Amino acid sequence: MADASPRTDTSTDDTDEKNQRTLRRLAQNREAARKSRLRKKAYVQQLESSRLKLTQLEQELQRARQQGIFISSSGDQSHSMSGNGALAFDVEYARWLEEHNRQINELRAAVNSHAGDTELRTIVDNVTAHFDDIFRLKGIAAKADVFHVLSGMWKTPAERCFLWIGGFRSSELLKLLANQLEPLTEQQFMGIHNLQQSSQQAEDALSQGMEALQQSLAETLTNGSPGPSGSSGNVANYMGQMAMAMGKLGTLEGFVRQADNLRQQTLQQMHRILTTRQSARALLAINDYFSRLRALSSLWLARPRE
Amino acid sequence: MDKVRDLASKKAAVIFTKSSCCMCYSIKTLFYELGASPAIHELDHDPSGRDMEWALRGLGCDPSVPAVFIGGRFVGSAKDVISLHVDGSLKQMLIDAKAIWF
Repeated sequence: MADASPRTDTSTDDTDEKNQRTLRRLAQNREAARKSRLRKKAYVQQLESSRLKLTQLEQELQRARQQGIFISSSGDQSHSMSGNGALAFDVEYARWLEEHNRQINELRAAVNSHAGDTELRTIVDNVTAHFDDIFRLKGIAAKADVFHVLSGMWKTPAERCFLWIGGFRSSELLKLLANQLEPLTEQQFMGIHNLQQSSQQAEDALSQGMEALQQSLAETLTNGSPGPSGSSGNVANYMGQMAMAMGKLGTLEGFVRQADNLRQQTLQQMHRILTTRQSARALLAINDYFSRLRALSSLWLARPRE
Repeated sequence: MDKVRDLASKKAAVIFTKSSCCMCYSIKTLFYELGASPAIHELDHDPSGRDMEWALRGLGCDPSVPAVFIGGRFVGSAKDVISLHVDGSLKQMLIDAKAIWF
């Protein structure tokens, strides 16, 4: 039997409907809040496991470091380097980065405590000299495994977005610094501007050379004279093509070397233009930028996925 | 060596290259970007190419190409050119040799 509620009349109809809507809304809110809590829990769990993984990786790295750079079973140094070039470089880079961060913290402390120019100069020089170390290491790594250096797999994902011939673009770095170095004298301003322009021009020139190399490599591999399959002429042709292509690949190392040379020269010229204090601030600003890129990479890798 | 010196003195900016060398292409591009019109000599298309290459190595150019001369004087290889460009010297050398005007 239909239940005729004694309170069902037009005025309470509206109230009922409003109550229904409110109840529905409250239920939806509860559901949304529940889902949100679940998502948050999942995210936190992911962060926890990432942290654990990170600790494990750090321990492995430490162990690898203690063992020194890889001893192959054959005991042949050059052979083990070319086989482990990539891995060895990754370890060296991690070590370099750790030391770099330590030096930057020292620099930051000095700047914040208003240290004198002499002290600042010493630390700035240390940081610069340390930069030379990584360029030297990259040179060795490029000889062993140029494709690893070019891939940027030794950098974090966000840094890889901006990869140019195995590293950062000096011209972009200078653009970042432009506003952060004030006050600059007119001469300094022109100097930095010219430096940015010069490094941009050099980058363009090297980029075009790389494109020419790509083009040349493609042409080498597609130039085929059709002939009866299996003929000795074809085999010779194929081997000739491969030999030529091998030669072209070999020139990649030269490009990485020149790109790194450009980075190194740009940094050195920048220090020549700036005062000690400005150089210190520049180094801190550069580090801030790359630190943020690395932090972004960590967040990206730990992001919750549906 | 004589041929190298001879060719190098004929124009304000001279670059010795090989047609297959892409780093040479980069250095040429840089010169064009600066507004210079260097004389280009491809060693692999020159009958005395071998000797010239040997002479360039003798000057300390490694790799032998690209080899850059400005105002008849040996400037260096790609690395030297890039370094000089970054500190502003390259442009000045080109101006002094009247290879460019500004």
